[in-house]
Amino acid sequence: MSKERKMTLTIPREEYMSPGHLACQGCGASLAMRLALKGLGQRTIVCIPACCWAVIDGPFPHSSLDIPIYHCAFETAASSASGVRAGLDMVGDTETTVLAWAGDGGTFDIGLQALSGAAERNDDIIYTCYDNEAYMNTGIQRSSATPIGAWTTTTPVKHYKKERKKDIIGIMAAHGIPYIATASVAYPEDMVKKFKKAREIKGTRFIHVFAPCPAGWKSRPEDTVKLARLAVQTGYFPLYEIEDGEKWTLNLKVKERKPIAEYLKLQGRFRHLKEEEIALIQQEVDARWARILKNCGL
Amino acid sequence: MKKVIMGNHALSYGAMLSRAQVIAAYPITPQTQVVELLSEMCADGTLNAKFIKVESEHSAMAACLGASLAGARTFTATSAQGLALMHEMLHWAAGGRMPVVMGNINRAMAPGWSIWTDQNDSLSERDTGWIQFYCSSNQEVLDTVIQAFKVSEKLMIPSMIILDAFALSHTYEVVEIPEQARVDQFLPPFNPPWRLTPDDPHAFGGLTSPDHYMELRYKLQKDMEKVPALVEETGKEYEKLFGRYLGQVEEYLCADAELVFVTSGTAGYTARVAVDELRQKGIKAGNLRIKLFRPFPFEKVRAILSRVPKVAVLDRNISYGHHGIFYQEVKSALYGQPSAPLVFGFIAGLGGRDITRDSFQEIADYTLSKNKAEEEIVWIGVKK
Repeated sequence: MSKERKMTLTIPREEYMSPGHLACQGCGASLAMRLALKGLGQRTIVCIPACCWAVIDGPFPHSSLDIPIYHCAFETAASSASGVRAGLDMVGDTETTVLAWAGDGGTFDIGLQALSGAAERNDDIIYTCYDNEAYMNTGIQRSSATPIGAWTTTTPVKHYKKERKKDIIGIMAAHGIPYIATASVAYPEDMVKKFKKAREIKGTRFIHVFAPCPAGWKSRPEDTVKLARLAVQTGYFPLYEIEDGEKWTLNLKVKERKPIAEYLKLQGRFRHLKEEEIALIQQEVDARWARILKNCGL
Repeated sequence: MKKVIMGNHALSYGAMLSRAQVIAAYPITPQTQVVELLSEMCADGTLNAKFIKVESEHSAMAACLGASLAGARTFTATSAQGLALMHEMLHWAAGGRMPVVMGNINRAMAPGWSIWTDQNDSLSERDTGWIQFYCSSNQEVLDTVIQAFKVSEKLMIPSMIILDAFALSHTYEVVEIPEQARVDQFLPPFNPPWRLTPDDPHAFGGLTSPDHYMELRYKLQKDMEKVPALVEETGKEYEKLFGRYLGQVEEYLCADAELVFVTSGTAGYTARVAVDELRQKGIKAGNLRIKLFRPFPFEKVRAILSRVPKVAVLDRNISYGHHGIFYQEVKSALYGQPSAPLVFGFIAGLGGRDITRDSFQEIADYTLSKNKAEEEIVWIGVKK
């Protein structure tokens, strides 16, 4: 008789997000919230600025989350969270985790000043950017998180985005905050682990979550997890952590990176790219990968 | 205890005595001493509060709102450009019913750069849903802060305490600093009807359809309408404990007046001296200083001004393409009243130019010699 094999379920069964939310089919951002809250637990307060999640949660008087939400102004995810933290401390609640949950526009662009301020003060908050690489809630306009080569409604095919994606992790690392991590909805165990870890650290913690957007990327909803996985396997979005601005750790060692073309070809936003342009993007991915390996001492 | 303090420090003492729990602020001239003193108070333990040293006024207000929603009493202070930068968050505060109390030092808007007083900064925020108090002495500043917390927290509407740059902010006066125990008796700890807590999770400020939005605004207006009576009530309660009455307006010799100045801020103080001088010359002048500007004290203004033949409204501000803002408001309050006076509008003192007793003499001469203003706006002391 063969031994019964038991698989350990590392992802908590508890759900803090209910069905009935307003996300599109295949939304990476909704998956990201579900997993993040599994890591953080119910004693969490989330500050959500203008972004897809301002809508996904559901209209007044409904909410799809079992935790309190403060819908705050676009550029104030970090400053609102700092205020909530201070307010909770003063009324005697030092246990509840305060989470800022913003899109790439609210993080890389309009909210960067407030985020930098909170990080410099090392305010005790977890700031998460769920990155779908453009202003998706307003209908796919380029942000400074939009990658080079991409089509958006403000970078039409004839003038597709020529500028590189802003290095938000580099910016946050320069602040020397205690914890920075990248996470992907295609690697739920890694992601939940990182949120759990972040919860136990004091100070400003920054988690950059890669969240594909079928509507904006012109990809198939059923390819969301596949795309997120390819982003990691190609080295486009490596999974790593930076502690205290100095200690870099690569969480997933990709032995043979897949060519970036495999990732790009599943998305309509890159359809116009020619071979030589894809080759340039490959070069850039390679260079960034090499930099990250070096920083991780590999 | 009596102390000689500057107007800015009257704000700080007001916030301290009110036991503000979270302060988030950014420096700007001429407000800076307000938060410098509060910062010291937090550092030496005089005040048990968290002081968040934010990187902009926008973040200052955003942080105050987060703290307020978490259930903490919050205070900040700013001026001019800083207030303008906060504009979006001022709507957020009132719309979200977060009773923050803020000091604003009236400073003229740039360009050209000016650090001197006028009211265009705070009056540009007239329609954001904040209660606005205009002060004319350091004692009034301190007393109004304490009163404002009480009014604001009862109705869940934020308050702005406004004072003139330099003319009050940097002017030292004798101020009676109330005893903490008696302030505590007047102002209990903040206990909001709702708050951010995982024990009772709610979503605040989410997407609101046309089916619900209008009712939220209707409720805000209905509660705004309760402010004048509440200011009278809390004023009387304050008077019992501290011997000073606050109220919506300050009426000076209006009862038998043939001419009443309508003023606000420190110009309202100068006006009283001008009234005394005019009376010595046999002119029956009076002064109505408006302290509560939002909500507008319609009933008080109508009751007082309907008795007099002529009214001269002095504005240290302008709504370009229209007129002085207090002039507009006074006229709208008096429109259709059975015995409405003749109302003249004057603009003076923009960008910190002095408003003196002579300014009021000029205004009185003009108003008493005419049955109608010859110009839509009468400018005082402008080099044309």
